[in-house]
Amino acid sequence: MNSKLILVNIVRWFVLLLIQILLLRNLSFYNMATPFVYIIFLLLIPFGTPNLLLYLIAFATGLTLDAFYDTLGVHTAACVALAFVRILFISVTMNRDGFDEPEPTLGNMGFKWFIIYALLCTLSHHLVLFFLETFRLVEFSYTLMRCFFSVAFTLFSVVLIEFIFYNRKMR
Amino acid sequence: MRNLWIFLNRYNAFFFFIIFFTVGVILTIKNNAYQRSITVNSTNEVVGEVYQNLNVLKKYLNLGPVNDSLSAENAKLKTELLSLQNIDSAKAVTVTDTANKPVYTYLSARVIKNSITLRNNVITINKGRADGIAPDMAVISPGQGVVGFVLDVSEHLATIRSLLHKDAKISVTLKKSNALGILVWGVGNSDFSKAFVKEIPNHFKVSLKDTIVTSGFSRFPAGIPVGIVTNTAVPTGDNFMSVEVKLFNDFSTLQYVYVVSYKYAAEQKELEAKLPNE
Repeated sequence: MNSKLILVNIVRWFVLLLIQILLLRNLSFYNMATPFVYIIFLLLIPFGTPNLLLYLIAFATGLTLDAFYDTLGVHTAACVALAFVRILFISVTMNRDGFDEPEPTLGNMGFKWFIIYALLCTLSHHLVLFFLETFRLVEFSYTLMRCFFSVAFTLFSVVLIEFIFYNRKMR
Repeated sequence: MRNLWIFLNRYNAFFFFIIFFTVGVILTIKNNAYQRSITVNSTNEVVGEVYQNLNVLKKYLNLGPVNDSLSAENAKLKTELLSLQNIDSAKAVTVTDTANKPVYTYLSARVIKNSITLRNNVITINKGRADGIAPDMAVISPGQGVVGFVLDVSEHLATIRSLLHKDAKISVTLKKSNALGILVWGVGNSDFSKAFVKEIPNHFKVSLKDTIVTSGFSRFPAGIPVGIVTNTAVPTGDNFMSVEVKLFNDFSTLQYVYVVSYKYAAEQKELEAKLPNE
């Protein structure tokens, strides 16, 4: 990992968290779909990052979000779940020894790979997030519905952002 | 030992996941508990500072509506003052406690962080322990309506468990029949202008457009208007009635709140703690 990549990731972390906290926190469709676009940062962490480091980053990111959302632990657990799914997905779909590309972006990996990757990661994150937030099974179907609508919203935003910023590298 | 190490190392992703995920869940459970000892939330200094600064901008954007609501309230207060001045002093009876002090005091505070999009919404205000705010105090909005209860205080900030929270319950009565009920945001309700009154005894007749007011049993002064009944046919699974209520206050534009300090809160709590647990 070179220093430019690290710098890009740090800048991305600050920008995405600022957007999430100051702007998207106030946004929702009929209180059913709430976007959590900051997870794009965790999706785009470069390949080859050690697992422990990845978990630590996810943990810290979740904790920061929790502080601003007043939901201690909820985002933290969700981000850690996302990191787990990310590691599994990458180890299953990619060649372990050599990564051709530095980052798992849409432009680098192609649309099909990226959309499945983003969908699985977002789904795991949102499931943990919404069920820990509700913290009771009485509202199961309602929570599930909110979760799926939010996944659709977040996924749409993530793919949109990817198309806007990474399209030029498309092969 | 070496084999164990190889095994752990091989599936390190899974073991790290277990460790970090458990920490996350433990944090959540601790946060859900009544005592909130860990302050990684918006009463925290850094987080509070960010929201304070952001609020400077928001305050200007909302000056118009806030001015309107303040002037409306002013007008209402002036009318009340006028009617009080015109009371025949020979007949006037003031009901205060024995020390001749008001039982409830209002403290005005500005909302520096609010949310309406989550399942459990928490509001942060810019007054704290230094201004005399303590946990469990009632919070009402300047116009009409209730906001919630103080959850946590730091030196200069406090968080409020908004009515839009799964654990928020406020004792209310129906104005016409005086039937008691419990105001909750409700399961499966995503509308921040709507709430439910649960556990009204079945023999009461509830009419549409009836006003819901606070009962005075849960730290709120009695008679604060909360909302009007919009639907009386809410299905329930028990022997009680539920009605749907349209709330008077708009949580999405909340700028100022009043924290209600009840003089005998500590005394009442102490007294009620002596009761055997149900």
